Amino acid sequence: MTAAEEDAADGRIVMITGGSRGIGLACARWFLARGDRVAVTSRSGAVEGDPGPTDRFLSLVCDVTDPAQVEAAFTSVEQAWGPVEVLVANAGITRDTLVLRMSEEAWSEVIDTNLTGVFRVSKRAVAKMIRQRRGRVVMVSSVSAFIGSAGQANYAAAKAGLVGLARSLAAEVASRSITVNVVVPGLVETDMLAELGEERTTAFATQIPMGRIARPEEIAAVIGFLTSEDAGYITGAVLPVDGGLAMGL
Amino acid sequence: MSNDETFEKFRECAVEVLQVPADKVTKEARFAEDLDADSLDLVELVMALEEAFDVSVEETELDGVETIGQAYDLITAKL
Repeated sequence: MTAAEEDAADGRIVMITGGSRGIGLACARWFLARGDRVAVTSRSGAVEGDPGPTDRFLSLVCDVTDPAQVEAAFTSVEQAWGPVEVLVANAGITRDTLVLRMSEEAWSEVIDTNLTGVFRVSKRAVAKMIRQRRGRVVMVSSVSAFIGSAGQANYAAAKAGLVGLARSLAAEVASRSITVNVVVPGLVETDMLAELGEERTTAFATQIPMGRIARPEEIAAVIGFLTSEDAGYITGAVLPVDGGLAMGL
Repeated sequence: MSNDETFEKFRECAVEVLQVPADKVTKEARFAEDLDADSLDLVELVMALEEAFDVSVEETELDGVETIGQAYDLITAKL
């Protein structure tokens, strides 16, 4: 068998940060259903529900703000299966408050996780992808990066930063058949949305042309597509999946 | 390790990373013109050399490194 055929048989090696719930977990299920091998990372290491067959699924503890933990997570995957071929950089946190009340610490913590954390995992993943002359990186942004979100200056800034990170990295590694793209979810039915509160969720929801909130699976399917062979010529793209909320961003 | 052995080890890294025939990896060979290597190839080579020789190279040290010989000298100076 050629290397490509072996990959097809065993599935690709996928890492999803923030994969224990929400969009990340939906991605894990999408890739597992396709026959890929999936490692999810989270700060707790505990996954909600049963994601699927254990020989194709790993749950790793990794705080993306800690370079040593990032290194350890990648090493674990490499020892189990081999180098990561598909990275979904999804881990993110919120520390919502108005700018006037926002501490340096609340700002830095969100930037460190949601932006610098993506830099850390992408850098580590791409180093091996370059050797293989192929790879897929998808970063999970947010509509708040484009339309703003009162109380989420730190979160929106980090999510907007991903676009510059993705496009620069895309330019650097395009010659190695590695693509780097950004998916921009709108409102999605997740724990993070629940934290936003019912009042603000309803206020947002009334502005969505589709008139409803997304299911995590609807975001996962688009992320999955961007990692497919069919999406091989898409790189540096910013793809909204928001029911029309931020149309024209 | 003799100088010859050291260069041979260096050459193996270059052959693997740059995917060029061993006889093209001479000290006079220029990365861009002779080996068709771009900036990313050079970074990749440096990372492979750091691993193979257990040394660490700073970004600033790479300024002006245009030939195999210059890269070789940079690495061997750290051994």
